[in-house]
Amino acid sequence: MSAFIEVKDLFFRYEEAENTPFALDGVNLTIDKGSFVAIVGHNGSGKSTLAKHFNSLYLPTTGDVLVEGMNTKDDEHLFDIRKSVGLVLQNPDNQIVAGIVEEDVAFGCENLGIPPKEIRQRVDEALRAVDMYEYRRHSPDKLSGGQKQRIAIAGIIAMEPVCIVLDEPTAMLDPQGRDEVIQTIQKLNREKGITIILITHYMEEAVLADRVVMIDSGKVFLDGTPREVFANVGLLKQHRLDVPQATELNAKLRNCGFDLPECVLGEEECAEALFRLLKPAGKEDIPTEE
Amino acid sequence: MVRDITLGQFLPGHSFIHKMDARAKILLLMAIVVFIFVAGNYVSLLMMTIVSLLIVLMTRIKFRMYLKSMKVILFVIIFTGLINVFYGSGEVLWEWQFIRITWGGIHNAIFVIIRIITLVMVSSVLTFTTSPSDLTDAIERLLKPLKIFHVKVHEIAMMMTIALRFIPVLLEETDKIMNAQKARGADMESGGIIRRVKALMPVLIPLFVSSFRRANDLAMAMECRCYNGGNGRTRMKVLHFSWRDLAAAIFLLLTFAGVIVCNIFVPAVM
Ligand SMILES: Nc1ncnc2c1ncn2[C@@H]1O[C@H](COP(=O)(O)OP(=O)(O)OP(=O)(O)O)[C@@H](O)[C@H]1O
Ligand SMILES: [Mg+2]
Repeated sequence: MSAFIEVKDLFFRYEEAENTPFALDGVNLTIDKGSFVAIVGHNGSGKSTLAKHFNSLYLPTTGDVLVEGMNTKDDEHLFDIRKSVGLVLQNPDNQIVAGIVEEDVAFGCENLGIPPKEIRQRVDEALRAVDMYEYRRHSPDKLSGGQKQRIAIAGIIAMEPVCIVLDEPTAMLDPQGRDEVIQTIQKLNREKGITIILITHYMEEAVLADRVVMIDSGKVFLDGTPREVFANVGLLKQHRLDVPQATELNAKLRNCGFDLPECVLGEEECAEALFRLLKPAGKEDIPTEE
Repeated sequence: MVRDITLGQFLPGHSFIHKMDARAKILLLMAIVVFIFVAGNYVSLLMMTIVSLLIVLMTRIKFRMYLKSMKVILFVIIFTGLINVFYGSGEVLWEWQFIRITWGGIHNAIFVIIRIITLVMVSSVLTFTTSPSDLTDAIERLLKPLKIFHVKVHEIAMMMTIALRFIPVLLEETDKIMNAQKARGADMESGGIIRRVKALMPVLIPLFVSSFRRANDLAMAMECRCYNGGNGRTRMKVLHFSWRDLAAAIFLLLTFAGVIVCNIFVPAVM
């Protein structure tokens, strides 16, 4: 896979003054085309700040961010970069421009200069993808926080970017809504090959990604497949980060000397490992019903 | 409370009026407003009132909604009505010291009140039946000729879109902040005017701060979605005139002709 976004020695501070701390403190990161990357880290670690560098909303204090080889500092590439990297911001309240749901979803497409008929199609499709089609004629200020979040996601999906960056898209959703949004994201990634960068606090979501990048105090602190990253349960806990419950249980038991794999992701895998451990001799298969 | 304001609100529907082109609605509304003032006697005023009521009925929106928007300006209606009663000329009906009520005054008051009510009704029809973006889109297209004078037509329309979108948000926020300050023991309902204005400061300052934050967030969200001014922008809903607009225009032209004929043959009241 080829590199889609390259972050090189990125330093960023919000204020000019020399003594203000860096919100991003030397980040190096390459995101491959078509991959699904989760970015995790505790509050204030710099995730949102990093996300805003991907589509040129913020420019590096020093260092470079390249999107498909285009430097985000180049004004002439601005439109192309924003066209290929769609960012869904953290707070859905102030992201909605128009007074009617479908018109807001259409806003991005309209800016791209897409013909009206095609906009209509894309908007309907995007609204169905986030399960908000029935609300298309509603006014956004009568929707709940989670519903607004979905509208914001639909607005970006409709623009059909090459890469979608989602900043905590599921923070305001109920468990079912969270599942639905994650499924939509996975579908976009698998079926349309859209590169996904998902910022999240839910480790259960991070596990679904191809790769997990953990940010701490503006630095990349761990980077690898979910299995590699979540193997460091102790280290993660030290940095106020959560691990999936099943992973933690596995790690604790392993620490007590049980013969378990180094890292398990998800409940099924954990159950399987435990079953293997407890299985009476002679029986081979795991029963399908548990 | 503040949230009850219906003025400027859009109520989706499928009526004839909803389906009319927004540009036609704006132009015809302006014509109606002019003719409400042209109507100089009871017969022609009655014609305009009936036509306005007919339009209101055609929107198939509950009359209660129109009453609500009337409520906001009830004070204006009563006040201008009263002023007109006292400042008329002609045959004196009742006099006490410097207060004098005349027939002319009463006629004036009736005229003014009916005119304001019909005005509010027809303008409510426009905002009730037109989605905010259609409305601003129509204004943008109607103002397009002004571009030769370097008027930033698209920017004006975008500002209106955002204002319409955030009016309800800010009203709700005002409500919230007021309640939050009341919960902290702020007293906003008693005392003289100066004390009350002072009590409003703790509401206005957080409101300003949060508006600026909102504006910043919104600007960022618009940039994320490639907003780049009006150049090269297309619209999902393209406005186009239909037979409805023609029918409405013809009907209204006939009414206007009727009003003019009435004005010529029936003596004016004022
Ligand atoms: N607009 C701003 N001005 C100044 N400092 C800021 C601004 N936004 C964020 N910061 C600072 O930058 C650092 C990183 O913030 P950022 O919003 O990127 O964190 P985050 O990882 O997204 O956290 P969260 O999980 O709460 O969303 C924080 O220390 C924060 O105080
Ligand atoms: Mg954040």
